[in-house]
Amino acid sequence: MHPILAKKQLSPNVTRLDVQATRIAEIKKPGQFVIVRAAEGAERIPLTIADADPQAGTISLVIQAVGKSTKELVALEVGEAIRDVSGPLGHPTELIEKGKALCIGGGVGTAVVHPIAKALAAHGVQVVSVIGGRSKEWVIFEEELQKCGEVIVCTDDGSHGRKGFVTDAAKEVLEKGGVDIVYAVGPVPMMRAVANLTRPFGVHTIVSLNPVMVDGTGMCGGCRVDVGGETKFACVDGPEFDGHLVDFELLWDRLGTYREFEQRAASACADGDCRIRK
Amino acid sequence: MATQLSPKERMQISRQTMPEQDATVRSGNFKEVNLGFSEQLALLEAQRCLQCKQAKCIQGCPVMTDIPKFVGLVAQGDFAGAAKSLLGDNALPCISGRVCPQEEQCEGSCIRGLKGQPVAIGYLERFVADWARNCGAVAADEAPAPTGKKVAIVGAGPAGLTAAGELAKKGHDVTLYEALHKPGGVLVYGIPEFRLPKAIVAAEVERLTQAGVKIECNVVIGRTYTIPELQEQFDAIFIANGAGLPQFMNVPGENFKGVYAANEYLTRVNLMEAYRKEEGSTPVLIGKKVAVVGGGNVAMDAVRTAKRLGAEQAMIVYRRTKEEMPARVEEVHHAAAEGVDFQLLVAPLEVIGDEKRWVTGLKCNRMELGEPDASGRRRPQVVPGSEFVLECDTVVVAIGTKANPLLTATCPELKLNKWGNIEIDENGMTSLPGVFAGGDIVRGAATVILAMGDGKRAAAAINGYLNQ
Repeated sequence: MHPILAKKQLSPNVTRLDVQATRIAEIKKPGQFVIVRAAEGAERIPLTIADADPQAGTISLVIQAVGKSTKELVALEVGEAIRDVSGPLGHPTELIEKGKALCIGGGVGTAVVHPIAKALAAHGVQVVSVIGGRSKEWVIFEEELQKCGEVIVCTDDGSHGRKGFVTDAAKEVLEKGGVDIVYAVGPVPMMRAVANLTRPFGVHTIVSLNPVMVDGTGMCGGCRVDVGGETKFACVDGPEFDGHLVDFELLWDRLGTYREFEQRAASACADGDCRIRK
Repeated sequence: MATQLSPKERMQISRQTMPEQDATVRSGNFKEVNLGFSEQLALLEAQRCLQCKQAKCIQGCPVMTDIPKFVGLVAQGDFAGAAKSLLGDNALPCISGRVCPQEEQCEGSCIRGLKGQPVAIGYLERFVADWARNCGAVAADEAPAPTGKKVAIVGAGPAGLTAAGELAKKGHDVTLYEALHKPGGVLVYGIPEFRLPKAIVAAEVERLTQAGVKIECNVVIGRTYTIPELQEQFDAIFIANGAGLPQFMNVPGENFKGVYAANEYLTRVNLMEAYRKEEGSTPVLIGKKVAVVGGGNVAMDAVRTAKRLGAEQAMIVYRRTKEEMPARVEEVHHAAAEGVDFQLLVAPLEVIGDEKRWVTGLKCNRMELGEPDASGRRRPQVVPGSEFVLECDTVVVAIGTKANPLLTATCPELKLNKWGNIEIDENGMTSLPGVFAGGDIVRGAATVILAMGDGKRAAAAINGYLNQ
């Protein structure tokens, strides 16, 4: 059991949970994730470790409540506990040691970008973060990222920062030159757009993929993605890959495998009957 | 109590039939297919055993169970004695009695099989093990004196559970690390409820924890801890983390929606309990026409699962014939009786999908058998111009697994073979002193009982190593 020690709503559908997980807090590296199961009978879902406090033995999970399982997770309160947390899984982020990094975060992906930016800044790398959301209240981790370097905020409606997409602001940063590497985490269409943007600039671009996963140890093969024409398992080979080689159409497509189930489960939940799951 | 029968009288008893759920009924539920012998059936069957002095059946058993002894006790009606004898040899008889390929092992070696049918050793093993489990009447051995030695076991599957039981009996302090949230390995994520009820695995695990074995779930060795880190805390280690990564066919369309590796399909249904339609919250696609590629036990488990989930047509697609199938004979019979459609001498070429990349079919070649290959099986070869499309909406690929690199990548000192499996010496020890390995991580994909045999042998070797 992993008690929840703190809980904070970050945006209308994004919640941060600080969870007791001593060993993981002690050894986790940026880019790694955990698989959690909220309670007996619940789904196993992968979540990136947004932050960790090795002294307190806690890890921070930032959860976007979109489906039944994520809604169940964010319904947990301080004092309650998550049944299972396993990890840290996946390869740590490939960090550069010097130079300039452009970190791009969209929506809940910003929570994944944050530990990367933090580690880069700690190495003395110059960090420029470009983060976005629908409007002001959807922008997360802005203050934390400011501690790592310059932050450019973009909102779709212009209610905070610049009006427009993260790719527009990122393009300007790239045009100024000097960017050695790009880290981009967000919705699949955003990561695809970033990869397309950086390709002509010839800047190495790392994306973090979030395919459907069950065990997280390579056993099930559900998280397979196509990278440079080769099938890779995101859980053991990733979750981060060269964005210029990822087949985003396939990823997007496979993410839709259970859309019908999810919609049915979500509407059943909305009707107050969470027991009907299929 | 049965009277002593003459060999002639024994020879006159014919093999008893396992009572089973009606095929039509069971293909719609996940309850166990085989119902188990009654006491009367067990007595009759046990009396068929000729009590050979040079018992070939024992040699045929990967864990060297003294079969004539426990069967003889059953024939005398001494079920408690039989249970004590059986449990002394085999830590998990409820499981092996259900999933062993007896026809290749004990029963395959049974002298009665030369003229007629072998003794139904598997069914008797299951009877005795279930009797003991239900009665709880087998006196537990006295707790051994603690040795103060600590052993870590990686993986709570058949090899790890067996080794844990054996080592605990010797008084060692055993900790089992399991990557998933529940112990059992393939026994809980792979083998379906209708072949091995989860409650049985849970009872065996419970027996181990009562014997003092500590089980830590959600610990992924290679990530949460590495082998070198475990070496600092433990006197010996047994690596039994299983087969790992599923193999795919490497044909076009294999990443379409509706294509599963058997591991994922079975894990969703078994471990994640999609088979309990009301309670489970993990989804699985319910195909109308499901094509399972492969001819092993995993393929049979997957195709029979598809049938139970409601497939109108559940098909096995196999490139050879039924005779060459590696699956247990009973599973093939059960599958056929349940209405599974066997597409034999058929090899997939490509997965076909619609414009949204949902599976619509499997493009295949017809095959014929040619000359025997290195394995002695006749090699299938393509019938020219035989291409056709098998209509289906779900494809499950059950053609084997390859070594999982998660653990070995973080312990480069471990010597591996060219397939990434761990190399061991005749005592089961790896290239690292005090670190042993067994089960599928050593063998590649094999069977539950071979893994259990490895666990038992490794435990003996570890005990020897610790007492040096």
